[in-house]
Amino acid sequence: MSNPIVHFENVRKTYQMGPVTVEALRGVTFEIQAGEYISIMGPSGCGKSTMLNLLGCLDRPSSGHYRLGGEDVSQMNDDALSAVRGARLGFVFQSYNLIQQLTVVENIEIPLYYQDRPEQQSRDMAHRMAARVGLEQRLEHKPFELSGGQQQRVAIARALVNEPLVILADEPTGNLDSTSGTEIMKLFDELHEQGKTLILVTHDPTVGQRARRTIRLRDGQIESDVRR
Amino acid sequence: MTSASISVISGVTGTRLKRAVRLGFKSLWLHRLRSLLTMLGIVFGVCSVIAMLAIGEGASFEAQEKIKSLGSQNIILRSTKPPEEQKVTDKGSQSYVLEYGITYTDIKRIRATIPGVTVVMPARNIREYAWNISRRVDCEVIGTVPWYPAMRNQRVASGRFFTDADMDSCSSVCVLGAEMVPALFPIESPLGKHVRVGGNYYTVIGVMERSAALANNDTVIDANKSVAQHLFIPLETARLRYGDVLMRRRAGTFEAEKIQLHEITVKVDSLEAVTQVAEAIKTLMERNHKKTDYEIVVPLELLRRAEETKRIFNIVLGSIAAISLLVGGIGIMNIMLASVTERTREIGIRRALGARRRDIIVQFLVETVILSGAGGILGVLLGVVIPFIVSQAAGMKTIITFWSPFLAFTISGLVGVVFGIYPALRAAKMDPVEALRHE
Repeated sequence: MSNPIVHFENVRKTYQMGPVTVEALRGVTFEIQAGEYISIMGPSGCGKSTMLNLLGCLDRPSSGHYRLGGEDVSQMNDDALSAVRGARLGFVFQSYNLIQQLTVVENIEIPLYYQDRPEQQSRDMAHRMAARVGLEQRLEHKPFELSGGQQQRVAIARALVNEPLVILADEPTGNLDSTSGTEIMKLFDELHEQGKTLILVTHDPTVGQRARRTIRLRDGQIESDVRR
Repeated sequence: MTSASISVISGVTGTRLKRAVRLGFKSLWLHRLRSLLTMLGIVFGVCSVIAMLAIGEGASFEAQEKIKSLGSQNIILRSTKPPEEQKVTDKGSQSYVLEYGITYTDIKRIRATIPGVTVVMPARNIREYAWNISRRVDCEVIGTVPWYPAMRNQRVASGRFFTDADMDSCSSVCVLGAEMVPALFPIESPLGKHVRVGGNYYTVIGVMERSAALANNDTVIDANKSVAQHLFIPLETARLRYGDVLMRRRAGTFEAEKIQLHEITVKVDSLEAVTQVAEAIKTLMERNHKKTDYEIVVPLELLRRAEETKRIFNIVLGSIAAISLLVGGIGIMNIMLASVTERTREIGIRRALGARRRDIIVQFLVETVILSGAGGILGVLLGVVIPFIVSQAAGMKTIITFWSPFLAFTISGLVGVVFGIYPALRAAKMDPVEALRHE
């Protein structure tokens, strides 16, 4: 098990809420290998969101180390973290988080925009990604013209476009009806088969059980780490 | 603040900036009405800067042209009727003839005592009718010397001005002011024709050019036509024909005045000496005239005063414009702050997808600069059109100096940067996690 893509080493995160210090994560250690399909589960308040923010380089751990693709990102400055997010991570959110005034293809292009890719190249890649999630007919539509499932597929295309090391999904089916939810999960299965590294944060057991490995959190610590 | 923003811009590549500009246009276009209303403050600010400067510049240009036509190196002395109370004290002479004004002796005194004076130009002005058969013009007959045109910056349009020979021989020749030609000689050329003034005939030997200052506003000339109607004759001829006593008969009254000279113009050697010479002449005249039956006009001082007035005018207009630009800037900042709050979620998304703080700063700064820049362009257009309309409708002269649109446009751009920085910084300072959670 050499060269893990994600390596958490005794990661702690504390928040100062007025006079009270809240320990959201109390020493979490785990590794994720390339191509793994993992779900992180647990009851609310267990530290899932904190874990997601740290994994997504949106926040820095209070102590411990986080290596992403072999590089320690736990003490990087804001600009460097932005670059890491743009180049190595893909995000899929519960509420899709598409920019409403941009078209489908423009939304997919956003991560490339901040990578300074040539315009034509980004446009081509965005088209390819849209086709991959089955939205080649909807390129010039605005997000509000699409169904929830379609919007989430746009978000997945956006998460794929920069060829990230890890795709992070936060309750990706939380806002969807069961049919579209199943479709999205099928899409994730396909991505896994294509060798993508996927991390799903969810409290929905049916979603979590599709992953090949489940990490359960409780009170800021790993309760169990099960492979199937 | 500015150095920070420069480093921000420098950290952003050209293509990224180009895209940011395109994105800025797009998101402003999305809220067309809001953008337009936000711009209006800047539009009116810029427009008022240019329009006010143009109108002010035009007004002062006219004033300065008029003063310049008097000659900036000249000092003009004019005979004026002394005030009533001084006339009463003079009643002891028991004379019906009112004697006042500048005398030939004054010229001699000025020539003899004041250094730095080159030429002294005397003139007599007499109100008379000039006739060409049955055509009549109420005009001012000016008896003067051959160097009058040179000193007054006027030129002869056709024919010639009279010479020393005409002076010495007291010949009956005259030069017409351009303004009276159409009334007296509507069809034929006046040169060589005769004009009757009083009981005497004068041969027309020349016509003056329309003076630049007067040519600009025909309406003014029409309003008080008589003022601009000049007929020049040699001074000696005037002296011979009219003597020193002028009689004026009006219904029921008879008035006689004894005036030797109506006006003298003193030309000073150098521009620097004008003020001192004017002082010296003033002292000299005060010593020799018991009554204040003269006035001293120093065109240079008028010019300076006009320039001072213009400066104050510009300061006042400038501050009004600055205030309106300030208000416009605050309007932009207000809208941008609202826009930042409204787009918190978008900021969070962009940050999560790789945007650095400076990318967010640039995105919002570009929007404000586009707003104020577009406002500036609209303002410049309006500011160029308004003076044009004013000069067409009100007959006022307006001058748009070439730098005023640039100045106004630059200021509006600066307003955009200055008032855009705070909202942009606020957008960039947001924590991406918080921003993503924002509803």
